[in-house]
Amino acid sequence: MATSSLLLLLADGRFPAGAHAHSGGLEAAVAAGRVTDLASLEAFLAGRLATAGLVGAAFAAAAHRAVTSAGPAVRGSTLALLDAELDARTAAPALRTVSRRQGRALLRAGRAIWPEASFDDLPRTPGGAHQPLVLGLLCAAAGLSRAETATVAAHGTVTGAASAGVRLLGLDPYQVQALLVGLADRCDGTAAEAARAADDPPERLPAAAAPLADIHAEAHATWEVRLFAS
Amino acid sequence: MRPDTVSPTAAPTADPDAPHDETVPHTHPEPGVDPHPPLAQAGRALRVGIGGPVGSGKTALVAALCRAFAGELRLGVVTNDIYTTEDADFLKRAGVLDPTRIRAVETGCCPHTAIRDDIGANLDAVDELAEAVGPLDLVLVESGGDNLTATFSRGLVDRQIFVVDVAGGDKVPRKGGPGVTSADLLVINKTDLAPMVGADLAVMDRDARARRGDLPTVFLSIVGDPTAGRVADWIRHQLAHHAVRHPIAAPAGPA
Repeated sequence: MATSSLLLLLADGRFPAGAHAHSGGLEAAVAAGRVTDLASLEAFLAGRLATAGLVGAAFAAAAHRAVTSAGPAVRGSTLALLDAELDARTAAPALRTVSRRQGRALLRAGRAIWPEASFDDLPRTPGGAHQPLVLGLLCAAAGLSRAETATVAAHGTVTGAASAGVRLLGLDPYQVQALLVGLADRCDGTAAEAARAADDPPERLPAAAAPLADIHAEAHATWEVRLFAS
Repeated sequence: MRPDTVSPTAAPTADPDAPHDETVPHTHPEPGVDPHPPLAQAGRALRVGIGGPVGSGKTALVAALCRAFAGELRLGVVTNDIYTTEDADFLKRAGVLDPTRIRAVETGCCPHTAIRDDIGANLDAVDELAEAVGPLDLVLVESGGDNLTATFSRGLVDRQIFVVDVAGGDKVPRKGGPGVTSADLLVINKTDLAPMVGADLAVMDRDARARRGDLPTVFLSIVGDPTAGRVADWIRHQLAHHAVRHPIAAPAGPA
């Protein structure tokens, strides 16, 4: 089925949207001594899935819904509202910047790969729209369902950080993959919850937060030498 | 003293023993007199990638080119190398480039990915430079130190220079790899160190020719040539071609 291949393509970490340069907060957590081995990496990924993963997947699914079921007249205003709501859920200014930067990278890829798709409904926020919104539109352009969109988003929040764990901690890549296999059910569950939540109005979307991750992100942004952009 | 800290005012001295590639324009015969006609302006900046192994002298070459083009071209630099305020201070102290004209890109321990497979962050940096300082003639994209297999995507740069150094061993050109074999210009750097490390420049020249066919190779010592004259001339040549390929779009008239 064509849809399945497109799902795999968009979920692939090699999709050129800059994922390789982001650790999902892991670089700062490793430097703080909070993630040191497989067990602490697993706890970090589970926490990330329950917070940034759920929120990001819900907003990606909601953006997908906005462009696939809302009328053209309200698409723009719904997306602008989603962008503002996600901004409010992203307490750390550094993470807002990162999300918009990743949104720009994804949009660059989207415009090049689906030149006929319309991304003009995205809000013209300074710095670009938030990444989950762009992802929702990209998945819609690829013909993915809302549930698949949420899966791509949730999956991306753990695989990027897991891959950074292999690079930063020198962990056994087989064991890190086994860890992701162990998290797969939880990832699917998060995606399903996010896809359901997208039926709610923007202000009712999930708002799970991780204050320590916010503090780490702010500190990380001031480092003189960073290997990862976030 | 690092070779790249030589005073920019030192007069270039030609090394009569260095192998000479006749396909590359030589440095100007009279310092201060530019025999070239003014370059035509292009519709967008020429993007030149500078890659090569760790320690081969990429940053020193960037600094030399900044000196060479100061007052001549509107220049920007994107660096993918681990970039510190010391690096910025070095360029600032050397008076070669305003720090606002430099953008650093983090590569998440994947320097080759950022210049070849997933180039968005570098393209963003190029765009941001133009937004911050206005239209540019030339953007140098310096890769992070990598290995002999790293090359730039044609989606990111128009031309690429691969830098190796004699201290890395005179067998490097023979080993080949995409950087050595396919870069638009191969720079064999630090020729002043050749006697000290027992590197045979003639061997490197022969192997480079065998690997690269008609593609040019330049032997360079920034100690003797702090503005990397032959590399700068090669870039001027590429700029002229670039202006023909990407002319300034005709201004849109009234509908």
